Amino acid sequence: MTIGSFLIRRLGSGALAILGASILTFAFLHLVPGDPVDHLAGGDAPPGVRLKIEHCMGLDRSLPAQFVGFLGHVVDGTLGNQCRSGDPAGPTVAARIAEVMPHTLALAVCGMLVAIVLALPLGVIAAIRRGTWIDTAATVVSLSGIAVPQMMFAPLLILWGFITLGWFPGPTEVGPAAIVLPALAVGTHLMAMLARMTRSSMVEVLGEDYVRTARAKGLPEGRVLALHALRNALLPVITVVGLQFGSLLSGAIIIENVFSRPGLGSTLIDAIKERNYPVVQGTVLVIAVIYVAVNLVVDLAYGLADPRIRRT
Amino acid sequence: MTVRVPGRGPGLSPSAWIGLVMLAVYAASGLAGPLIAPYDLSLPHVELAHQFEGSSPAHWLGTDPSGHDTLSQLLWGARSALELSVIVVAISSAIGLVIGTIAGWFGGAVDEIVMRTVDVLMAFPGILLNIAIVATVAHPGVPLTIAALCANGWVGYARVARGQVLALRDRDYVTAAVALGASHRRVMTRHLIPNLMGPAMVQMSFGLGSVIIIEASLSFLGIGPQLDYTWGAMLDQARNFLWNTEWVRIYALVPGLAITWVVLGANLLGDGLRDRLDPRQRGRGA
Repeated sequence: MTIGSFLIRRLGSGALAILGASILTFAFLHLVPGDPVDHLAGGDAPPGVRLKIEHCMGLDRSLPAQFVGFLGHVVDGTLGNQCRSGDPAGPTVAARIAEVMPHTLALAVCGMLVAIVLALPLGVIAAIRRGTWIDTAATVVSLSGIAVPQMMFAPLLILWGFITLGWFPGPTEVGPAAIVLPALAVGTHLMAMLARMTRSSMVEVLGEDYVRTARAKGLPEGRVLALHALRNALLPVITVVGLQFGSLLSGAIIIENVFSRPGLGSTLIDAIKERNYPVVQGTVLVIAVIYVAVNLVVDLAYGLADPRIRRT
Repeated sequence: MTVRVPGRGPGLSPSAWIGLVMLAVYAASGLAGPLIAPYDLSLPHVELAHQFEGSSPAHWLGTDPSGHDTLSQLLWGARSALELSVIVVAISSAIGLVIGTIAGWFGGAVDEIVMRTVDVLMAFPGILLNIAIVATVAHPGVPLTIAALCANGWVGYARVARGQVLALRDRDYVTAAVALGASHRRVMTRHLIPNLMGPAMVQMSFGLGSVIIIEASLSFLGIGPQLDYTWGAMLDQARNFLWNTEWVRIYALVPGLAITWVVLGANLLGDGLRDRLDPRQRGRGA
């Protein structure tokens, strides 16, 4: 399969998944009991305000017309109106998402960096010293990273870094240093999976013929490890990094909650709680697009890095 | 719980045994929990005289902000966690295995529909979909929480089953069964599903760990099942009193380490089962 037809096929199935997620969300919102106008306007709002919000959300139209209306707002890039007051010129859903996106991105990038910096050395050392106590210790560290719940780890980080030592800013604070504790919390969790992946990939590569060849021709061990082994071992690791980055962009919900940080995930939960249909639809769309895009980029990167897989 | 895995192979590795024992301890404390708890938590009472206590002979693990015994809460929480995790794993694996087997066996349009549905469900990363479902009502009950966890929980089992069926469908014994006039249903229930139970059990073991984490996350966010005591709710309680540094060190660690215990056990057992099924995979990580 050429790269062109691969792209078209993947873009097609990706678009289908996004459309499916939108329809599912739409159906789900309308199946669930609860009047969105009650939530936004309050139960005792004057009828005029209720009508305005109803009209703004398009609730006075038929269900298919509402969904087509949503698709129209996807095309014009606003994702619809937040309809807080029913004012048709009020803030758009796109504006609300754009507002939280920098926070989400910052946490994803910093968390990922922490994870990579911790995981690569851990995984490589465990692979080189395979079967020794170092390997066992590395395995224990990475397994506990998976098993320790963030709901315990993140509050204890606050206790340690903010309350006891006072080195780092705590929840709700802003500024560059405020990212340190959340990034550590996110990073240590991801580190676990990355380190295991790095180790297993490295173990496999170290058994390859080309590594034996490199050693046989007398290259220094450091050069063998860095240039011949690690470079090839990183391929599957990059895939995992990409996928984890994608899920970080949409779902560091626990961390956002503990540190009272704004983010895409918490925006969605808030919107569901207040039954704000346009915001829920818009946020789900953005999350689904991120997921599909990240998957596609990861697959493409994989194909580019390793020509042997390009034909799939 | 049986650990017999179809096919002959080496026994379970030591780490898998450790995982199995850890899960057995979890199951035992879940079953016996409220019975062996030192205090009966079903009696509604608040003892402000005993709130925020540290470890003592009367309260081994101290007390919570309402003066309730922490050890008793841990054991009651084990019961809640065990009930939910067993039910969710049973329902999602049953649904997933049936759907995945059907998709893999019939292929074509059926397969396409199933896989596209899987794509849609997976476009909601992590626990977003679970949260979205439970957040729709003010006080989710246990049935809604179970439904929310199963809503995308079956996907993993379906993918495992489908992949296995694709590999099994051209085996001679399957061809023979079809040639002898076996119905689709018979081929699936007698020849396919029994032979994919091994990989399915690996998935169930990992699934148990993630169900515990998701359920605790929901309780932690205040949208968990309305149960008396859950580990997630204890963690939620703990982080509201971080200023009480001495006390919170114990109170946050108790439920947190309980969750760690179960997830670690489930992962160790899952790794071990997978290694046993496919010795070539031995030593490879998750």
